[in-house]
Order: sequence, then structure tokens, then C-alpha cells
Amino acid sequence: MKQSSDSPIILLLSRVISPYIMLFGLYVIFHGHYSPGGGFQGGAMLAASILLIRISAEEKVYELQFKKSFDIPLGAFGVLIFFGVGLTAMLLGGNFLDYHFLPMDWMSKADIRAMGILLIEVGVGLAVMTILVAIYDNLLEGEDA
Amino acid sequence: MHWELELVLYLFLIISAIVSLYVKDLLTAVVSLSVFSFILAMLFVSMGAIDVGFTEAVIGAGVTGVLFIVMIYKTSRRSND
Repeated sequence: MKQSSDSPIILLLSRVISPYIMLFGLYVIFHGHYSPGGGFQGGAMLAASILLIRISAEEKVYELQFKKSFDIPLGAFGVLIFFGVGLTAMLLGGNFLDYHFLPMDWMSKADIRAMGILLIEVGVGLAVMTILVAIYDNLLEGEDA
Repeated sequence: MHWELELVLYLFLIISAIVSLYVKDLLTAVVSLSVFSFILAMLFVSMGAIDVGFTEAVIGAGVTGVLFIVMIYKTSRRSND
């Protein structure tokens, strides 16, 4: 941001806190199928950790963490994971998002269901994270910072 | 949760909402709105809706605060009072 302060204390504190928020976001995503939380909440926490660096550092610094041009392609990839899992189950004879039909025969049926919901949550988390960051980047677009 | 504690939370919820509506400084209004969202998240958790409280804490108190602050810095007040 143009008005971001040059205080080294704020930058240091955000650099310390941001990885821990990101780690907790990953925990929330990967434990989403048997505890509170899930893809949306974990993705929003990952977005919060990226936005923390974005409001405290200048553009040259935060481009090192997460590039602006990765926003929309990664979001589209998250949506592709979601619909890819759903449509794969549909093509193999089940309903949409029926994980029971996924082609992972080396696991038991219960494990296939757990892995299917995990894939869905990873896709949702990726999409939510990148789109929330993309909203921030588009708000700042055109600013000569 | 004890009902006395919930009563205090409800009081602070209403106070922070009124403050964010009537305060003149926009940055103060945004911070007060974040406080509103966080107290609301605690009330959701106390009512047993942990997922809803989680979402409210992350989105309401975290991300929308950042977006509002960006918009405050991008715009300016027309009058200088």
C-alpha cells in the first residue's frame, strides 16, 4: 500500500506471526472432516496470513511471498480440483461428488471416502485463499506504489 | 456458559455496534466493527455453533477489516471538518 509505514517493528511482527497463522490454516483444512473448520475457514486463514504481509510490507517484498499473477490461475485450479473430483465420480457410475466411486482401489471404501472429502477441502481452500487475495490486489490496482 | 457472562457479551455487542455507527473517524468505525464481529463469534461459540463462530472470527474480524482499511486509504472525505 502507498501509505504503509516504514516501521521495522510492524514488519518484523507480521513476519513472525504470518507463518503460524498459515500453519494453523493448514491444520484446519487437513482436519476439516472430523473437527470444526474445513476448506472455507482454513482458506480464509491462509488468505489472512498473506494479507498481513501485504498490508505491512511494500510491493517488492510481498511479491516474493505470493505473486500477484498467481491469484486467478490458482483460484481456477482450486475450482478445477473440486469439479474434477465430482465429475470423476460421476463418470465412473456414481452421483456427483459420490466419493465411493473414485478410482483408488488400493484403499478400503471408508478410506476412499475420507480421501475424497480431503481432496474437496484442498480445492475449496485453494480457491478461497487466492480469490480473497485477488480481491485485495484488484482494489489496489492502478496505484503507483 | 453462565448467563451473566453472556449478558455482558451482549451488552458489549450492542455498545460496539452503536459506536461503529455513530463515530466520526472511519478507522475507529472499522476497528469497532471488528470488535463487534469478534464478540459475535464468541456468542456463536457459546451457543454451540463452532463452525459459524470460526467463520465469523476469520472473515468478519480479519479479512473484511483489511479490505475496509484499504478502501479508507483509497478514498478521501469531501469536506475538511
